[in-house]
Amino acid sequence: MRRRWISAAAIGLAGILALGACGGGDSGGGGEGGTSAKRVEVFSWWTGPGEADGLKAMREIFERQNPNYTFFDAAVAGGSGDQARALLSSKLQANQPPDTFQGHAGAELQGYIKAGKLEPLNFLYDELKLKDVFPEQLVEQITVAGNIYSVPVNIHRSNILWFNPGVLKEAGVAGAPKTIEEFIGALEKVKKTGKIPLSIGSQWTQVHLLESVLLGSLGTDAYNALWTANADWSSAEVTKALENFKTIMSYAGTPQEDWQPAAKQVADGEAAFNIMGDWAYGYFHNPPDGGLGKTSKTDFDWAPSPGTDGTFMWLSDSFTLPKGAPNREGAVAWLKVAASKEGQDAFNPLKGSIPARKDADKSLYQDYLAWNLDQWASNKLAGSIQHGVVANDAWRTAINDAVGLFGQDQDVAKLQTALVDAAKASGQ
Amino acid sequence: MTAQTALPPARRRAPRWLPGLLLVSPSIVAIAVFVYGMLGWNFKVALSDQHDEITPGKFVGLENFVNLWDETRWGISVRHAIVFTLVFVGGALVLGWFLAFLMEKGLKGEGGFRAVYLFPMAISFIATGVVWRWLMNSATGERAVGLNALFGMFGLDFLQWQWFRDQDWGMAAMAIPAIWQMSGYVMALFLAGFRGVPEELREAARVDGCNEWQVYRYVVFAFLRPVTLSAMIILGHISLKVFDLIVSVSGKQIITDVPAIFMWTAVYDSHDPAKGATIAAYIVLSVAIFVVPYLIWNARREKRQ
Repeated sequence: MRRRWISAAAIGLAGILALGACGGGDSGGGGEGGTSAKRVEVFSWWTGPGEADGLKAMREIFERQNPNYTFFDAAVAGGSGDQARALLSSKLQANQPPDTFQGHAGAELQGYIKAGKLEPLNFLYDELKLKDVFPEQLVEQITVAGNIYSVPVNIHRSNILWFNPGVLKEAGVAGAPKTIEEFIGALEKVKKTGKIPLSIGSQWTQVHLLESVLLGSLGTDAYNALWTANADWSSAEVTKALENFKTIMSYAGTPQEDWQPAAKQVADGEAAFNIMGDWAYGYFHNPPDGGLGKTSKTDFDWAPSPGTDGTFMWLSDSFTLPKGAPNREGAVAWLKVAASKEGQDAFNPLKGSIPARKDADKSLYQDYLAWNLDQWASNKLAGSIQHGVVANDAWRTAINDAVGLFGQDQDVAKLQTALVDAAKASGQ
Repeated sequence: MTAQTALPPARRRAPRWLPGLLLVSPSIVAIAVFVYGMLGWNFKVALSDQHDEITPGKFVGLENFVNLWDETRWGISVRHAIVFTLVFVGGALVLGWFLAFLMEKGLKGEGGFRAVYLFPMAISFIATGVVWRWLMNSATGERAVGLNALFGMFGLDFLQWQWFRDQDWGMAAMAIPAIWQMSGYVMALFLAGFRGVPEELREAARVDGCNEWQVYRYVVFAFLRPVTLSAMIILGHISLKVFDLIVSVSGKQIITDVPAIFMWTAVYDSHDPAKGATIAAYIVLSVAIFVVPYLIWNARREKRQ
């Protein structure tokens, strides 16, 4: 009797397991089939303060313009989108793409493009005449073999030198340094006062610093040439730039946990300088808890990073159209909102970035953003390394490794060899 | 006649082993597919030249396993893993043993202490990491927070250091939260070991003229040997696979790189499946070096009994 009971239980268990497997597949398929006609799944990593509000504002416009679609927010939390991208890459490999996903415009998308996961958006650019409203150099820098695969929603700037005017005054530094040499001189002056000359965060913030130093040392054209087919990473100019990087790093304080604590040292008057992207503005300026509630120009100030005045090192969040999107029409409708003046002007003031379009409503952008909008319209453009514009994922990772290893041995020659190898191995 | 009456029940009844097999078959199938199947697949990728996600790889033998040693980062992550393992396993064993020893000596309120020491086990490495990231903040002097600030408060400024940012001993610092988390578990193992030593044996040793230290040295410790070995295996394989703790303390930085983190960057950042699989294979092999001899030893011992 007892044995029979056990075997019944065993068979039952095995049955449940098998049923569970089938049932799972069924309900998944059925569920998607039922709603995919209406639902538009938008995959992003905008969950933080500001960015989530911006996404919500764009969503409201989308739902007003497309009453027959519902917006499905598939956001995955995590600062720079690391977790989101890991999940996305598994979804794409399993051929279960979201309807549209966020990605940094530029080389970061190359892996997806090569794998044939993305549909070119040239038709949309032609239909909406986007080539006329985006800066020419931006369109050029995101075009891959004649095709454009994403719609940039916003523009952030990487080459910003944040500084504390009080600390500079105390050290006898007249103003923001214009060249790398002036910068090193200023760092030396601050060092004598006992304050931290340059605050720094975790490893990626050092790569972020490196891209500004490279741009400032090499100049815009030479920097942009590094990412073309016949780039020369072993040149004496690059050596000089890396030596500058070493000198500048020798003035850096104790590495902080991330960019925020490093930026906070400048706001609190502990450190003089910090080179960080312009998302730091929101952190400085916004009232607590989202930010530090500091007054711009008195508690903190900014300038283009040394040697890069007149050049805008950009990065951009953009949306794409994956091949096999369950609701392609809905995704295209979303891309139209993301590309529109109305959509970008709703999103960007909240996110703390500027629109990629040249025809933005300037009255919506105050203080830093107003200044930056002017610069965007007039500056030459260069793409960011760390934020996925100029180097594909593998190359960017190799550069990160090289900078991390440089932190261990401070050997410029080794760093340069590693960068030369990284460029060769990138297959870009 | 008798044979005929005996047959029907035998026919009706399934063989004795069948229900048992049916009962475990779901887990056998699941393990075969999700553990050994995946393991085999991983080795297949590791032996191929599939260096991006699109092109299918072809068999290249042990090329990836050899080339990995040319990478500076791999050497660093292996060194880090060794330092971490030595400090973590050693530290947790010593601390766990010491705590169990105190309990065994009849500490008042033993139950309460036992619970307190075991509590960290209930926390995930991620949560431990978040707390210890703050405790082990590397700022010193006026800017110190966490443990460095505590040292400063008590005038122990000379104890302030860079913690996991220290180039030579950073990984030893990284082992501290792991020791904190696992020593309670080791204590529980040792306590069970201590309690398993029959009182008569200790009594006999005392009668033979052993002092208390010698009782422990020659009688109790001998009984603890299997427990120590089990604890070492358990801690050792946790340590070689460590990922979550380090990611939540310092993220993906070279200063605290270990093979599991290198694997993650290789797969998700560099998009190099073959390299990721190779690192994973090395992790599995290094764990196997610990676990397989233990399993063999265990099987032999059971046979002897």
